[in-house]
Parts: sequence; C-alpha cells; structure tokens
Amino acid sequence: MLTYSTPLIGGLIIGIAASAMLYFIGRIAGISGIVWSAISARADNSWRWLFISGLLAGPILYHALFNAPYPAASDLPWWQAAAGGLLVGIGTKLGSGCTSGHAVCGLGRLSLRSLLATVTFMTSGMVTVYVIRHLLGGL
Amino acid sequence: MKPLVALLCGIIFGFGLAISGMTDTAKVLGFLDPFGHWVPDLAFTMSGAVFVTIISFRFILRRQSPVLVEDFNLPDNKSIDMRLLAGAAIFGVGWGVYGYCPGPAISALAYLDGKALVFVIAMVTGMAFTNTLSQT
Repeated sequence: MLTYSTPLIGGLIIGIAASAMLYFIGRIAGISGIVWSAISARADNSWRWLFISGLLAGPILYHALFNAPYPAASDLPWWQAAAGGLLVGIGTKLGSGCTSGHAVCGLGRLSLRSLLATVTFMTSGMVTVYVIRHLLGGL
Repeated sequence: MKPLVALLCGIIFGFGLAISGMTDTAKVLGFLDPFGHWVPDLAFTMSGAVFVTIISFRFILRRQSPVLVEDFNLPDNKSIDMRLLAGAAIFGVGWGVYGYCPGPAISALAYLDGKALVFVIAMVTGMAFTNTLSQT
C-alpha cells in the first residue's frame, strides 16, 4: 500500500493547488488552456506565465528537497514525442481541456461535459497503448 | 498579489506532479496499459486530486467572489458535441502515443529533456493549427 502513498499524496497536492487557484484568483487550473492563452498573448497575461514557471520550478524543488532522482528519460523515439505532442495540442484545443481542466477541475465542478471528456480521453489513451504495445508490438 | 498566487499555485501543482510520478512517461503509459503490466499510480493521483476539488469547489463556489479578484472566471460552455468528444479522443491518442498530458510535459521541461521540449513545441503547434482551422 505504501507504494501508492506518493501518487496519492501528489494527487492531493494537485487538488490543493487547483483549489487555491479557484479560491484566490477565480480561475480553473486547466493547463492546456493556460498555455494556449499565454502564448497567444492575451491581456493580463503575467499570472499565466508565472503559473507556467511554477510548473517547472515545482519539480525542481521536489527532486532537490527529497533528493529524488529525475525520472528516466523516455526511450521512445523522437518522432513519437513529436506526434504525441501534436495530437495532444490538437485534441486539447478542440476539446477545450486536458487532464487538469477536465478531470481535476471539471469533475470537481460536477461538469457533465468534463466527465464525458475524461471518460473519452482515458478510453482512447488506453486503446492507443493497447494498439501500440499489444497489436503493433511497441512500434 | 494575483501573479504571486499564480506562481505559488504553479509551484505546488508541479511539485504534486513530480511527487506523484506523473512526470515519468513510463508510469503514465503503464497506467494506460491495463491489459499489460498495469501501473495503477495515476489512478491514485487522479482520485486524490478529484477528492480534494469535489469537496473544496463546492465551498469555494458558494462565495460571491474569489479572494483577490472580482469575479470567478469559469468555462460556461455546457454543450456536449462532436467537438468536445473528438477533441478528447484525439487528446487521448496523443497521451497514449508518448505518455505526457500538457501539465507533466511542461513540468518535464525542467529536466532539460530534449524530447519533452519537442513534445511541447509540437503541442503548441497543434493548438495553433487547430485554432487557425476553427477560425476559418
């Protein structure tokens, strides 16, 4: 059970961060939306860039404080990183959200839209991994 | 105050992603592989996060306004349409192809991993492409 304590604690911490965003600045911590607005130069953008900077600083803080090694770099090919990123960008823009916006925050708001989006991307993610690993033999 | 709070929220969020192991593509892909060697970590992370928001958001949204700004700024689109479902489906495929969703991909830039950078550049390109298409 102890194996899963850090994933659970991490989840609670993520929930606290999303709650603080809503409580203090009235915003949904939806990362795909924040990234898109930040690069498309909306007005009043400094908070978005600072949030994004924090997303990078948080892991550095964690690995330094707990003396934890960085995760092993992925051994998947470069093209798979590019293809994955491209599809994630297209899908989150079209579907108005990702894991943080739809799952963490949307489910918190009891949004039916977000529930359906979450079930859909979880399912298509699992189907994709099944096809790549078990039908195509890992590409 | 608002930018400072956003920075702190980002740090806490990124800290949570790192401690939970979500910046590790192997763990994420392991979660998405229930018919192989399943790694359930992400289920605990997702449950923990939603457990907190489902309780806290009820209380927060009862307020007239947030603490530091005048109004809540919430998505008001309620329509269940093809755009939503197709978008979510495409996002899931990309997630399963490499193992990052947007948050962990941004956080993983801190590891100075070249592939994370490629992923993020491709992701932003995909967003811009979709934005251009949907405006025409």
